[in-house]
Amino acid sequence: MILTSTLTDGANVVTVKAPRIDAALAIRFKEDMRAKTGEGPERVILDLSCVDFIDSSGLGAIVAAMKQMGGARRLDLAGLTETVDKVFRLTRMDTVFCLYPSLEDALAVDRA
Amino acid sequence: MPDGLRPTGEVRFRASGAAAQRAMARVVAALQKQGLQGACLGAAEIVLAEIVNNIVEHAYAGAARGEVGIAFDLAPGGLWLRVWDRGAGFPGGVPPEGKPVDLAVPRGEMPEGGFGWHLIRSLVDEVTYERCDGVNRLGVRIAAGVCARIDTIEAPKED
Repeated sequence: MILTSTLTDGANVVTVKAPRIDAALAIRFKEDMRAKTGEGPERVILDLSCVDFIDSSGLGAIVAAMKQMGGARRLDLAGLTETVDKVFRLTRMDTVFCLYPSLEDALAVDRA
Repeated sequence: MPDGLRPTGEVRFRASGAAAQRAMARVVAALQKQGLQGACLGAAEIVLAEIVNNIVEHAYAGAARGEVGIAFDLAPGGLWLRVWDRGAGFPGGVPPEGKPVDLAVPRGEMPEGGFGWHLIRSLVDEVTYERCDGVNRLGVRIAAGVCARIDTIEAPKED
């Protein structure tokens, strides 16, 4: 399992414990996300602050993870490092997901 | 070869996911040694990953563990990444245009792939490709200007 999850302020905070989400890890990431988000709160926040690098396979795996969560639930992304942020913006995926600079920022929005 | 280019040693590997990851890590380490860092290094790593993943998944289609070579030239005008393989050529004989994927679709139909060449085209300003005697040779230039432009992409502002 490359993910840990905790319940924080009513949200399921899933933290990626790997430096890369790439072609080598994409399938495992998707499976681990299924295990961590199969049930629980409507809001899932994926904390990417440990992730230095993502490629298009990893991006596809995050999209797949969002889709497999089902209709009413929502996947937000927090703590994007420089290169990860770049990949989301260049592919316009920042229009699909809400991106937050840090987990604290993501949680603050929910309280507001 | 134009003046000022510093060709570097080629990294070769047999196309499999694990070997590709190791080879790319070696190239990235070599680029770091040449002084690349930050956004430029990140761009090079993204472009290289997309090119090599395409070779493993499409050119060799996950079958024959064919040979792949990666080299780079660092010049004042920019960084050239050069990759060759003996797999299938690009459909139509040219590298993909890299159109952005259509995201204006219901959530359940959101595309999970097709981002690769759009990412590559977004981060390079020159692409060369030839297929000769069954060898594909792809070159891309990540220009200093492109790195500067990447740097200007702003992080989200939080009020």
